[in-house]
Formats: sequence, structure tokens, C-alpha cells
Amino acid sequence: MIKFKKGIAFKLALIFSGSVILIFLMIFGLYYRFTRAMIEKNTAENAKNLTLGTVARIEGILRSVQQVPENMAGALERGPVSKEELLDMVKSAVKKNPELYGSAIAFAPYAFDGTSFYYAPYYFRDKGSLSCVWLGNANYRYFMQDWFQIPKELGKAQWSEPYYDEGGGNALMATYSVPFYRMVKGKRTFSGVITADMSLKWLRDMVSAIKILDTGYAFLLSRNGTFVTHPREKLIMNETIFGVAEELDDKSLRDIGRDMISGKAGFVHSPKINAGRPGLLYYSPVTSSGWSLAVLFPQAELMADITHLNWLVLILSAAGMLILCIVVVYEARSITGPLTGMADATAEIAAGNLDFKMPETRSEDEVGILSRAFSAMQKSLKSHIARLTEATAAKERIESELNIAREIQLSILPKIFPPFPEMPGLDLFAVLKSAREVGGDLYDFFAMDDDHFCFVIGDVSGKGVPASLFMAVTKTLFKATALKDTPPEVVLDKVNNELSKGNEKSMFVTAFFAILNIRTGVIEFSNGGHNLPVVIRKDGSMEYLWRTGGMVVGAMEGIKFERGALTLASGDRFFLYTDGVTEAMDESKVLFSEERLLKELKLLEGLPVKEVLNRLLKMLVEYSKGDQSDDITMMLLEYQGPKQ
Amino acid sequence: MKRFCLFPLWCVCAGLMAPPAEAAPKKLSFIPLWSPQAQFAGYYVALEKGFYRDRGLEVDILTGGPEKPADFLLEKGKADIATLWLSEAIKKRAQGVRLVNIAQILQRSALMLVAKKSSGIRRVEDLDGKTVALWESFRLQPLALFKKYKLRVNIIPQTQSVNLFLRDGAAAASVMIYNEYHTIINAGLNPGELTTFFFYNYGLNFPEDGLYMLEKNFNRDPAAAASFVKATLEGWTYAFKHKDEAVEIVLRRMRDARIPANRMHQKWMLEKMQGLIFPEGPATRAGQLKSADYDRVASELLKAGGWKSASYASFYKDCVTK
Repeated sequence: MIKFKKGIAFKLALIFSGSVILIFLMIFGLYYRFTRAMIEKNTAENAKNLTLGTVARIEGILRSVQQVPENMAGALERGPVSKEELLDMVKSAVKKNPELYGSAIAFAPYAFDGTSFYYAPYYFRDKGSLSCVWLGNANYRYFMQDWFQIPKELGKAQWSEPYYDEGGGNALMATYSVPFYRMVKGKRTFSGVITADMSLKWLRDMVSAIKILDTGYAFLLSRNGTFVTHPREKLIMNETIFGVAEELDDKSLRDIGRDMISGKAGFVHSPKINAGRPGLLYYSPVTSSGWSLAVLFPQAELMADITHLNWLVLILSAAGMLILCIVVVYEARSITGPLTGMADATAEIAAGNLDFKMPETRSEDEVGILSRAFSAMQKSLKSHIARLTEATAAKERIESELNIAREIQLSILPKIFPPFPEMPGLDLFAVLKSAREVGGDLYDFFAMDDDHFCFVIGDVSGKGVPASLFMAVTKTLFKATALKDTPPEVVLDKVNNELSKGNEKSMFVTAFFAILNIRTGVIEFSNGGHNLPVVIRKDGSMEYLWRTGGMVVGAMEGIKFERGALTLASGDRFFLYTDGVTEAMDESKVLFSEERLLKELKLLEGLPVKEVLNRLLKMLVEYSKGDQSDDITMMLLEYQGPKQ
Repeated sequence: MKRFCLFPLWCVCAGLMAPPAEAAPKKLSFIPLWSPQAQFAGYYVALEKGFYRDRGLEVDILTGGPEKPADFLLEKGKADIATLWLSEAIKKRAQGVRLVNIAQILQRSALMLVAKKSSGIRRVEDLDGKTVALWESFRLQPLALFKKYKLRVNIIPQTQSVNLFLRDGAAAASVMIYNEYHTIINAGLNPGELTTFFFYNYGLNFPEDGLYMLEKNFNRDPAAAASFVKATLEGWTYAFKHKDEAVEIVLRRMRDARIPANRMHQKWMLEKMQGLIFPEGPATRAGQLKSADYDRVASELLKAGGWKSASYASFYKDCVTK
């Protein structure tokens, strides 16, 4: 399973696309709102002009029709007229006004002559000529008709609700009724109604001619909200806008309808008006008849261009966004690719594969610089490690050579204790611990003859390999020089002379050379600048062998050494050591000292010689906490009495 | 589930009740009070769904209308059964037409007065001194109401429209709840803007549509009359349970009669008919003329115009329970 890692490329793509989308949406939203508002504003303006223009034309025609019965009412109110005058008045009104379908003067009961219950001549156009009928009979009591009763009750002229007139070829008609009054017994009394019937065909034609875009239209509502014109034939004269609102369950449409029939003008959104689809509606009243004209702009069509543009912008934006993402991801990859390569390479290098090839980059940017820095680091690391390896190898070689030298050096020192089992009366033990692999201390002992046992301890100046070589030479010289019957000072003289020759490095050695006569216990010695040995008597007293100094050996040719002597009784011990013992230092650079040495020797009194030295050595190692600064050499000799 | 069970049950009942061994169905003609509309949905549904046929009747519903007054057709024998208003029927009987009520379909009066709150009318007392447009034929209840509350009202005749009322030519007008009231609502007036006066709320419940036959015709075959009544009630019950279907049936009838049909108006009308026919739900006494209702209308007619009414027993022939 691939774990989805949110790398730099992903983050960059997310941040860039997110920001761009946000900015785009803000701009687009603003632009859309603005454009929409602009379109709506223009639409409202257009709608207003269109509606008001149409309303003005309708009003003009209605007013010209209204004029006719109003003039007649004026004439009738001026005084009584004869039947002939009455008929002529009606007839000529219809004749002179082509927009009139018919006209009647309907008197209230007995209002014309006091005898006629019904009196209502009606002229109307009938197949090109004018016909006259007298309205009113038991089946048609015109007093009970809206066109008569409403103006009568309201006391003012009224347009009727539009209606289909069966007599007039089932045409849509509307009647304008003007009440007229006469003075009866000094009282202004309602006398009847003058009507002007008008076909509304022109109105329907006029309103139907209004086409807005593809599906927009205009419609006219009567005072009751009935559709007088509408593209949906079914609604005309059969439905009110309130019925449609009820059917659509659209309360807002009902409110619009109420505003319309109450004579208001307005520009509104209606979500369902356009056969269930949203539309913008501008409406304005036809004041004289109480009707309301509305024009409907189908929202979808109105916004078609902007919707189209929106889609285009959206598609382009989506494509742009895709390109942006690709570019960002590509660019990010060009950064993260080498980085990932470098990370892999670094891991390889860390694992030890110094020859791993760094990914190449030719770019001059920060990544390129980093990459080249990595390469340089790899090269220098490689050469450094190579040098280190070389140095380590050399060191190891030297160390191994030194180890060999150490073994050789140790091997030239006698290591068998007690040294001469055939020489009873003598016990001896010696230890040598170099501070480094090889050291400059030396000790040796050997029998000169059956009675004489000689021993030597020395300390070459300096340390390490030169000292060790010098020590080997010195030891060999002592062995070669200490021939039978050679006094100790002569041995030192000879060794001194040999070492001094060609000693360009001016190395020297301190040495204490002694010969013990096993028979007598007499020790003859010569001290070449070495530390003073300690004589440990059997009774426990001990002392440094004072006044036995002398020059160091090998520093100057020809100098003479002195001889000293002392006698050991049976059980006495003779302790020799190098300055590595007394000058051993603890952490605070405090020397072990001669006093401490004597004290410790005292404490170890009576222990076997080997035990004494081992314990002392252990003590010294502990004293210096393992940080041994100089070679340590100790030799303890016990005289056990003359040879039997 | 109930509604699906009911229909087969009716069929079974109808089968049981149908006069046995009669091959030829009995022919009956029926004239409604007015042209086809949801006011008569129960009859059209009963015919359409075969409830009459199931009871052995072959019913012909005549198309009514202003040119075909139901009482005239009944009187002249052009129709066997007619719907008439109770008050009108009592008057006819008093005038010597021997008709009998075989069912009182409407239990409540649909007639009402409506006024605009904007004209300051909120209670019945507010009608005092106001102009009220009343249908000339249906003035019995309003006049009784005015008398009861001692109101001086300027009464003007009401035309077939409510335009005078809408244009404030009258402060109040008489309307039928199932018809003109909806016309007013559909002319943009909100119910909240109107004050309504239902006569049954003022002790003047004159239930309207009832089924009438000439007595001699009824006596010839009371069983057929009973079958017609029962099937009609079934028709109404079905119509109220399947309102959309019932409205569809009515609309078809209206289109056949070339009458402008408005679905919403017919829906409204059917809705209102339910409250008038089954005011307390499908009550046990649905379709019956209650003697209290009869007495109330009769006594009011006597007071108003000296109309002498027949006895309840001779006027009403119970076809629901018998």
C-alpha cells in the first residue's frame, strides 16, 4: 500500500490552487452579482418603458371610448329628451366611434317617462350595419346587471369586468357605464346608465404582440385579477392570478397579484410565474379601468448570456486551474526531485557507500547550490576518510612494530626467579612496567663466577623507542663488560666510554651496578647517577644507601666512577628501583616520594620478595590511576647467608 | 387499507340489497339544481363508479343550469328526482306541488354573509345601517338574521357576480361557502380580511340541497328511491375519500357540458361540501332530514310569508334507514 505523503509538491499545489480558487471565486462572485444587477436594472428599465408605453396606448383608447358615454350623460343631464333624440344620440355615438361595438342608454324604472318600467335602447354593430334592440324584460332585468347596478351603487362611471358577449360573436368585451342624474323635485336623482361596449380584440392583439426574448410575454389582469390576455389560452377569462397562485401553492404570486389589482406598479422576482419557472415581472396599472398590465421576462433567458458566459468562465477556470496545478507540481518536482535524490544519496553515504553518485543538477538555483555543496562534501569526506584510513593503518603498523619491540625488549630481560637455583642463599625478584609500549628502564643480573653475582638497574634518559634502543645497547654493554674480576667502577667506566662514543643524541643512562659476593655477603657497587637503593636489614631497619651518587653514564667520555661497598647479613634485603617509583604522580601531581616508599616497604616487611614487588607495583598503578608517566622498574634481592 | 376494502364491501352489499330476479334496471332521471360542478360530485361519482347500477338503477343525470330549473323539470315530470333547497321545496309544497323529500343531502346551510373587515364589520351587529347585497331568491335566512338582531339594513339586489361587493358597492353580500366565497378569495381578498357570518352559527341553519320526488312517483316505487339515496350517499363517501378522482369526474362532466372548468375551484367546492354533508364526519344520520331542521325552516317560512307547511311525516320519506 502506498502511503499518501503530503510532499512539497502537494502542499504547493494545494496552497496555490486554493488561493487562486478563492481569489477567482471572489472576483467571479462580485462580477456575477454586478452583471446580474446590471442586467436586471436594464431589464427593469426596458420593462418599465415597455409597460408604461403600452399602458399609455391602452389608456388612450379607453379614454376615447369613455368620452362618448360621458358626453351623452352630460347631454341627458341638461334636460329631458324625446325618444327620437334619444335614439339618434345612441345611434350616432356608435356610428361616429368605430372603436365602439355598441351603446345603450338604460333608464332606471320609470325614469324616462314615468310609465315605462324598462326603457333602454341599445344600438350595436351587426354584420356591418347598426341594429337596435330594446333591452329589458322579465328574463333580462337590466337593473340586475353589473353594468347597471355597479355604477348606480357607486355613483360613478365604471368599466365592467371583461366578459364574453354571445350576441357580439362571442367576442371579449368590456363595458364602460356612466350613471346619469336628473333633478327630480329639486333633488339630484339617479336616472339611468349610459353604456359603451367595446370589443377588446385590439387589446388582446396589442398585448399579445409584446414578445420578450423567446418565451417572455405580457399579460393583462382585470380588476378582479382575471387574466384578460395571456399566452395560455386556458387562463383567459377563466382563471385569476390568485387561482394560479393557489394551484402553484405560491404565496408570493398571490401577493404580487394583490399589488397588481390594487393599482400599484412594481418590478419583482417571481419564482414560479413563468409556468413554474422563475421570471422577472414588471407591472403597472391601467388606471382608468382598474386593470393591470404586466410584462414577464423569463429569468433563464434573460440570464442566458451571462449563464453561458459563466459556464465558459468556469470551464476556462477549471482548465486554467488544471494547468496551474500541473505547472506547480512539475516545478515543485524539479525542486523536490533532486532533494529526494540527495536525501537518498545522503542515506547511502551515511551507510558508508562513499562512492554513491550524487544526482546531477544543472540548475543554478538554491537546489543546484545545495546539490553541488553535497557533492563537494562527499568528495572531501571521501578523501578525509581515505587519509584517516591511511593514518590508521600506519599507526596500527607502528603499534604492531612497537609490540614486537616490546616483546623483544622484555625478552632480553631475565625473567626466571629465583634466577639461579644452583646458587642458594639468594632470592631475587624484579619487575619492569613500561609507561609506553617500549621503555628505557633496564635491569639485569647474572653470575660472574660461582661466588660473584652481579646485578644492575638503569634508567635511560627519555622514553619510547630511542630509550629502548639505548637501553638494549646499555644492557648488552653491561653484560659484555662485567667480566670476571672486573670491579664495578671499571664496568661503569667502560660502559660509559662505549656509550659516550658517537652519542650524538646526548642520551645517557643512570645505572647502579653491584657485585654480591655470595660467600661473604659483601656488595661492591658503583652508582652512575641512579636513585639510591634501600638496604633493608633483617631486624627491620632500613636506609637509603647514601653518598653513592656519581655522574650519569654515557654523557661524557672518560669520567671515572667510584666504588662503594656494604655487607649484607643473612636475611638482609637490598631494594633497587628507578625514578618511575618515587616520581609516580597522582591526579594532583603529588609525587609518591622516597619517604612513602620507605613507609610502604616497612609495611611489606617479611613478605616474600615477589609478593613485596607485586604489591608495590599494584599500589603504584593505583596511585597514578593508570596514568603511568614513567617506566617503573624494581628489583628486590634477599641475601640468605653464605653458600653452604 | 380500509379504503381498498370498502369498495368490494359495497359491491357485496349492493348485490344483497339489489332487488333480486330483476333483470332490467329501473330507469331514473335526475336533475341537479345547477350546471355540473362539485356541488353534485356525489351523484356523478355514484354514476361513474357504478353505485347506481349496482343497486339496479339506470340513472340519467340531466345537465342542469339556469335554463333548466330543477323544480320546473320535476314538476313537469321531465325528471324523476331533483335537488331543491329545503325552503324552496316547502314553498312548492305549500303552493300545491305534491313533492316529498327523500333525503336531505346538505346538513348545514352553505349560504353565508361575507363582509370586508376594512368596512368596519366584525360582528353581526356591525351590519346595522350598512348596504347588503342579497340574492332575491335566498333572502329568508338573512332577513331572519336581521330581524333577530334588530338590524336596519339597506338591502340591494345581488347580481350573479360579487363584483359590486368587490368594488365596495355593498358592505356585505350573500355568498355560498363553496362557490362565491372562493371567487372572492380568488379575486385577491385574503380570508383574514373578511368577516364571515354562517347562518348555522346564529340558529338559522336552513339546510339546502335535498333530494325530492313527486309523491306519486315515490309511492310507485319507494325501493328505487331508497336505492338512489343509498347509492348517492355511497357516491359522496367515495368522493370525499378520493377527492382528486372525484374532481376529475366533475371536470369531465363540466367539459362535456362546455362549462369553463377550474380545477382549483372544484377542489375547493368539494372540500366545502364535505363539511356541509358530513358536518360531524360520516354521521349515522347523514342524508336524513332532521325534524328540528324541518320545523325551523317551516316556522320561519310561516313567519316570513305565511307559508303553511305539510307535516314532517308527509313531507319526509326516510330512504336512508328504511
